Amino acid sequence: MASAAIPANQVPEKKTNYLTNGYSVKSWLLTTDHKRIAILYLISITAFFFLGGFFAMLIRLELLTPASDLMHADTYNKAFTMHGMIMVFFFLIPVVPATLGNFLVPMMIGAKDLAFPRINLLSWYLYILGGGLILHCMLTGGVDTGWTFYTPFSTAFTNTKIIEAGLAAFIAGFSSIFTGLNFIVTIHRMRAPGLTWNRLPLFIWAQYATSIIMILGTPVVAITIVLVAVERLFHLGIFDPRLGGDPLLFQHLFWFYSHPAVYIMILPSMGVISELITAFSRKRVFGYRFVALSSIAIAVIGFLVWAHHMFVAGISLYAAMIFSFLTFFVGVPSAIKVFNWTATLYKGSISYATPMLYAFGFIGLFTIGGLTGLFLATLGIDVHVTDTYFVVAHFHYVMVGGVVMGFLGGMHFWWPKISGRLYPEGWARLSALFVFVGFNLTFFPQFILGYLGMPRRYADYSQMPEFQVLNVLSTAGASVLAVGYLLPMIYFLWSLRYGPLAENNPWAAAGLEWMTASPPPTFNFDETPVVTWEAYNYDELDHLKEQKEVAVG
Amino acid sequence: MAGQVDALYLYLVLVSAVMTVLIYLAVVVLAVKFRRSAGHKAEQIEGSTVLEIGWSVIPFGVMLTFFIWGALLYFKERTPPTDATEVYVVAKQWMWKIEHMEGQREINELHVPVGENIKLVMTSQDVIHSFYVPAFRIKQDVLPGRYTTLWFKATQPGTYHLFCAEYCGTSHSGMIGHIVVMEPRDYAQWMTGGPSIPLPEAGKQLFSTLGCSTCHRFDIQGRGPNLQNAFGKPVLLEDGRTVMVDDNYVRESILNPTAKIVNGFKPVMPTFQGLITDEQLNALVAYVKSLGQPAAGTAGAQNQPAASPAGQTQKTQVQ
Amino acid sequence: MADSHATAVEAAVPNPELRHHFADMEQQKNAASLGMWLFLVTEIMFFGGLFCAYLVYRSMHFAALAAGSQTLDIKWGAINTAVLIVSSVTVVLAINAIQNGKAKNTIAYLAITVVLGFVFLGIKAIEYTNKFEENHVPGAHFHFTGTFDDNGKEIAVDPHQVELFFSLYFAMTGMHALHMIIGIGIMSTLAVMTWRGRFSAQYYTPIENAGLYWHLVDIIWIYLFPLLYLISRHR
Repeated sequence: MASAAIPANQVPEKKTNYLTNGYSVKSWLLTTDHKRIAILYLISITAFFFLGGFFAMLIRLELLTPASDLMHADTYNKAFTMHGMIMVFFFLIPVVPATLGNFLVPMMIGAKDLAFPRINLLSWYLYILGGGLILHCMLTGGVDTGWTFYTPFSTAFTNTKIIEAGLAAFIAGFSSIFTGLNFIVTIHRMRAPGLTWNRLPLFIWAQYATSIIMILGTPVVAITIVLVAVERLFHLGIFDPRLGGDPLLFQHLFWFYSHPAVYIMILPSMGVISELITAFSRKRVFGYRFVALSSIAIAVIGFLVWAHHMFVAGISLYAAMIFSFLTFFVGVPSAIKVFNWTATLYKGSISYATPMLYAFGFIGLFTIGGLTGLFLATLGIDVHVTDTYFVVAHFHYVMVGGVVMGFLGGMHFWWPKISGRLYPEGWARLSALFVFVGFNLTFFPQFILGYLGMPRRYADYSQMPEFQVLNVLSTAGASVLAVGYLLPMIYFLWSLRYGPLAENNPWAAAGLEWMTASPPPTFNFDETPVVTWEAYNYDELDHLKEQKEVAVG
Repeated sequence: MAGQVDALYLYLVLVSAVMTVLIYLAVVVLAVKFRRSAGHKAEQIEGSTVLEIGWSVIPFGVMLTFFIWGALLYFKERTPPTDATEVYVVAKQWMWKIEHMEGQREINELHVPVGENIKLVMTSQDVIHSFYVPAFRIKQDVLPGRYTTLWFKATQPGTYHLFCAEYCGTSHSGMIGHIVVMEPRDYAQWMTGGPSIPLPEAGKQLFSTLGCSTCHRFDIQGRGPNLQNAFGKPVLLEDGRTVMVDDNYVRESILNPTAKIVNGFKPVMPTFQGLITDEQLNALVAYVKSLGQPAAGTAGAQNQPAASPAGQTQKTQVQ
Repeated sequence: MADSHATAVEAAVPNPELRHHFADMEQQKNAASLGMWLFLVTEIMFFGGLFCAYLVYRSMHFAALAAGSQTLDIKWGAINTAVLIVSSVTVVLAINAIQNGKAKNTIAYLAITVVLGFVFLGIKAIEYTNKFEENHVPGAHFHFTGTFDDNGKEIAVDPHQVELFFSLYFAMTGMHALHMIIGIGIMSTLAVMTWRGRFSAQYYTPIENAGLYWHLVDIIWIYLFPLLYLISRHR
């Protein structure tokens, strides 16, 4: 791309932006500015990401050798539980909505803030409270049930801190619900004049669909956690067969949320990818309406497939067949998106800036992740590979290869808008490469491990030393991946001080957020824009640019 | 049937590989061909409904083949043949306890003869476990409070891994063992070692010593239903429901007698929850099952060659 | 879906309650209203999990749960239902009053609503005490020796499964009571705020939205009552 830095003699007079509008701690901790709240989230979520990553490191180090020699099995069990809980509840669910979503949703629709700024701040505090609880839980003994805390193990057979961990997840859940609620009301009621639904950026459609899942699904896991806590506290038997209860009921209630939860995680990243592909091909997405509606379709159908996590759990044959069929059905809208993004490249004007590299990486990794989901949906195969490393590989492909790639791509794309600085492109491309290579090396071997029969959640595999080679490869890949994640931390922070200043629209991208300063003023726009154009109006933008160039001479 | 699973897997791998390569190629080719260059503007293309429908319907059609093949396989996997030899499995933290109908007990090992249909009737003493034999491509969660079943027919002698596949606590990774598949001769020899009270026989003894025979009489109408020929048939309950007398019903009736009372009987049966072990429970269930049934379920007593559905016999060795 | 739009010139003095990020009061009110409806949807899903568990166990262990249900006193349940319906009426009257600028009436109606809320909780306390005395509270002291009365025919039931009924009974009515307490707190606060002159015919959105919340708590009870008390009553 052409240099988007501003020449020294043209640096504009410093206007107040959302970052400079008050430096006190109170102005940050009591802010109602959605952009500042997004930054607060960004910092806390990043911290939890690295904490979850630390546990991942413990897991992969233990699995270098077949014997359980690095830590006691109980410790290992706690490590993978904390890794799962932190990554699911404190990273994957909020990462794109609470950071990029909070920052961009009002700006993309021409609003001054979200509908309920104080509830937005409350949702961050709830996140911190939940996060504090999970940290305390971890430091005072942790939990060893796996993030799925199946009954009756979690209700009657473990002495670890289930209730505290459950409470942490419960509170984090309300953070999620309030975010979703805020987004839905904002998108319905606060769009700028002229901004009809069919003119919305696809990121907004994705956030909208995500928010629907957040408000419908999360309360169900909340009540499930309450029931588990009540059962532990009062020695009830809601899920205990010795007392007339049914452990499978827990699984149904749990997965009724936890499956749609994975769509909460992936949909916003898919929204990011739509923005990246359009911006870096300089064209409207292929099949806008289909991409927009596919987000809604995924949200709706995603609520109908939960028991595909239970094919060998003891459900009836017929229930299994119904859920298998519906699971294939939910794969179709995701496939549509991948095809549409690819088709958008056709006759585009494609740049290979870092955000686009992440978008390519997303398409590559999500394709594999999504296709392996079909393996799991296929009943005859699922019987063999469920509860093995095949599943672990599948969900890491879509969660890490999907969600995190989308998040990183979005962070790079909107970094100039968020910080007013440019990141170093060379280092960024290198990191993207590390991430892509490291990721594949970490998780592809796990597909093979799974089909060979290595079960998940095993601290020790000394009776199956043949699994070691693939585990070593996986751990090696994880080290590369870790480097790929650490580098952006370093250079983003570096850029805050030493990066070149960014102009309003360094990518010459379409979207209302690019029409205001980088970083934006506290109220986003000096005047509410009136929208008369379609989304991704690159032909108009290029036309205007040409006219300007002609005029300037 | 393992071979069928592998065949289905290979099919999916091939289709996925083709799809992946196509998409990767498309992305790379398009990204290179249409890279940004001076004077070259992007062309705004709205979309194509035909393409959208095409690339929705066709992939869904392919997915339906996955679904149908997978569902058929699953149906076969979950429908044990009626002549299968039964073996009882009790899972507990952190071991597998196996009881053959002939009385042999094993821990973490299951000896079976090659070429015979084996049906495992499994329950857990504590938390949820999962019986997983990768070589046979089979897996089934084992639940507390009820029986779940799993069946297979081993086709090659050898020793195969048995894993617990549902996280169950500290030694989840230690809850492993072997399935030992033997030639019929060797198996018969193996069977002669060890205790030789067949499970139904042990159950019959318990039936007497625990006092069941006081009420469940076979000669006159006692205070409890006559259990002769009761197993495998439906029965009308007091509250109007009709249930099948199967493993789970017999087990439940011993542990929670008032849950499903047979029509016309009073709720006077005491509960045996906490008074008998899962092994004793299995023996009693086996005994009730054996009442009024031809001597099925004992190894070596194969009556007629079971018509095994085609192609079910493959399995691959892991080691 | 209503687009946001700036209305034509508002009253010369902007409403002091107008938040900076809204174009006008109508947009603010619509947003607040939609927000409350969405929150109510989350509450429905929250209770939905409990209802689901109840319905599953009801169908699995029909007689046992019915036996438990038969020990509940319909009289109290019915009175509570009437109390809540009347309280929803008083809420509507309160909103109507403030719409007409009659702050004093608003406070009165809100106060009556609060009193009715306490009546509801008081009756629940009576019921819970009865259950405690009969040893029907799940846990260490649970003891049940009854049967399911099926049109005169006595059907024996498993006490563990009956305990399930009571676990769900206390979970559902307890969660509901918790929401009642929160509702009482909100209504009391709103009454005080009205007394302090915070609301008028031009601005009463919080009262309206709190009213929606109260109606939801009422509707949840209207589902709880027949499901917990009335099914399988053949006496």
